Amino acid sequence: MFEDVRDLYNAAILERGRRPRHMGKLQAFDATAKGDNPMCGDRVTVWVKFAPGGTIAETGFDARGCEISKASADLMVEAVQGRSPADTKAMFERFRAMAQSGECPACAGFEPLKPLAAVHAYPSRVKCATLPWHALVAALDGAANATSES
Amino acid sequence: MNDTVQSFDIKAIRAQFPILGEKIRGKDLVFLDSAASAQKPRAVIDAMVHAMERQYANIHRGLHWMSERTTEAYEMARDAAARLLNANDRSEIVFVRNSTEAINLLAHSYGRGILKPGQAVLISGMEHHSNIVPWQMLRDSHGIELRVAPITDAGELDMAGTEALLADGRVGLVAITHMSNVLGTYTPAERLVALAHQYGAKIFFDGSQAVVHRRVDVQALGADFYCFTGHKLYGPTGIGVLWGRRELLDAMPPFLGGGDMISSVAYERSTWADVPHKFEAGTPAIIEGIGLNAAIEFVEAIGYPAIAAHEAALTDHALSKLSAIEGITIIGRAQDRGGVISFALDRAHAHDVATLLDRQGIAVRAGQHCAEPLMRRLGLDSTARASFGIYTTNEEIDALADTLGRIREFFA
Repeated sequence: MFEDVRDLYNAAILERGRRPRHMGKLQAFDATAKGDNPMCGDRVTVWVKFAPGGTIAETGFDARGCEISKASADLMVEAVQGRSPADTKAMFERFRAMAQSGECPACAGFEPLKPLAAVHAYPSRVKCATLPWHALVAALDGAANATSES
Repeated sequence: MNDTVQSFDIKAIRAQFPILGEKIRGKDLVFLDSAASAQKPRAVIDAMVHAMERQYANIHRGLHWMSERTTEAYEMARDAAARLLNANDRSEIVFVRNSTEAINLLAHSYGRGILKPGQAVLISGMEHHSNIVPWQMLRDSHGIELRVAPITDAGELDMAGTEALLADGRVGLVAITHMSNVLGTYTPAERLVALAHQYGAKIFFDGSQAVVHRRVDVQALGADFYCFTGHKLYGPTGIGVLWGRRELLDAMPPFLGGGDMISSVAYERSTWADVPHKFEAGTPAIIEGIGLNAAIEFVEAIGYPAIAAHEAALTDHALSKLSAIEGITIIGRAQDRGGVISFALDRAHAHDVATLLDRQGIAVRAGQHCAEPLMRRLGLDSTARASFGIYTTNEEIDALADTLGRIREFFA
C-alpha cells in the first residue's frame, strides 16, 4: 500500500518533514513574516538575516503543518542561502511553476528543490509546498503576513 | 410519519446513488465526507433533469401552462420542507441558497430589524463560521453584543456557562448549532429552548447537520427559527430553508429587494409581499427546489427511525474501530453524538492522512472545517474528519480504520 505516493512522499521529503534541519527562530534577524493558510490550518513563520551586501545570510523557520509544508520550508532555507532578494523572488516564481506543472526547464542549480516537483500531481497540496515561500517573499518585501490559499 | 423502524436495505439504498459505483484510481470510492456535502440519489437527479427537459419556465408570474406547472412543482418543495420540519404552515418556509444565506437573512432582518442596540446574540463555542461571522457583522454595524457560550473539553455545551450568559436578560436571540460539524455533538435543543425562553430570548438552530440524521419537529421543540441546506440532505446545492414562526417572520423587514418580493412598486414607495415571498427576491433556484422536493421525499420514504438507527450503529462501530488504532485521538466525546468523527494521528498531519487515504479511494475532509475558533479552543491546527451518510457501510469504516493503521506505519 502507498507505493503510488512515493513520488511525493519520497525519502527526501519524509526525512525533511520529520527531522527538519533548519527549524528554529534566528537569535538575530532583519526580517520576519508569518504564512497562514486558515482554511487548512497550516502556519509557518520565517526569519531572515541579511549579509552586509544584502544577500540572505541565514534563514530560520517554525512550522505547524503537514510534511509537505515543513519539508518545503527546510529545503527552501538551503536553496535561498546567499541569494539576493531579487534572485530569491525569481527562484520562488520558478519553484511555483514547478509545483504546478512538475516541470522545471530553467532550473539549473535547482536540484535541492526537485523532490517537491511531484506535488503537481496533488493539486490540493500545491499550496502546502508554496506557503513557506510566500512567507519568505513577504518578509523580503517588509510585509507581515502571507497566505497561499488565495 | 411512521415511527417503527422500516427495514433498511443498505444495498438497495446504495444502488440509488449512481456515484457510488465510481472508481477512484481503480479503487472503490469510499465517500466519508457527507457532512461537507452529500451524494445525490437517482430520484433527485431525475427530478431535476425531468424539469429541465420537460417542464420548465419561470415561476409565480407566467400565465402559460409551463409556468403554472413549474410553479406547482417548485412549490411542492415548500410543502415537503414544511412536512420535514413539521412547520405549522407552509408560509413559514423561506427558501434561501444555503444555511449561510439563511443566517445572513436572520442577522439582517431579525438582527437589524427587531433587535435593539444594547441587546446581545448568544452563539456557542462550536459554531461553523457561517453562524459566527454574520453576527459579528451585526455586532459591528448595529451595536449588538456577541456572546459565546463555552464548551467542555468533551465537546459538549457547558450549560451552566450558557445560562450565566443569559441571566441578565439582555440576550435577544440565541443562535446555535443543533449538531456540530466538527465534533458530531448534538446540542441539548429542548433544554436550550426552555432556557432561552425563560430569559426572554428567541432561539434559532443551525440544523445543517442535524436534519440529515434525526427527525426535527420545530413545533414540538418550541424553536423560533431553524435552518438547513439542501445539499447535505441528498439534494442539490443552491437551495436551503429558513423556517421561522409566522408572527416573527411577519414582523421582520425584507432581506433582499427586487422582483417577486413586492406587493406593488412605485417610485415613492413600494409595499412588500406576504411571508414567505417577502424574503424571496428575484427568480429563485427553481430546478434546485424541484430537486430538494425529491430529496425530502427520498428521506421520508426511508424514514428517520431507520436512518437514525443505521447511523447510530455506524457511529458506534466507527468509534470502536477508530479508538483501537494506536496513536489516534478522537476529538470530542459527547454523550449525544452522531456520525461526524474528527480525529488526529500522532505521527501524521491531517493533510498527509487525507492525501494517503485519497490514494486508496477514501474521501475524508482535513483542515479546520470552517470552525477556526473551535479548533483554537481545542488546541488543534487541523484534524481529519470522517462523516457518514445514509449509504455508508461498516465495511467502509473498516477500510478507513485499516488504512489509518497503515498510514501510521508509513510515517513510522
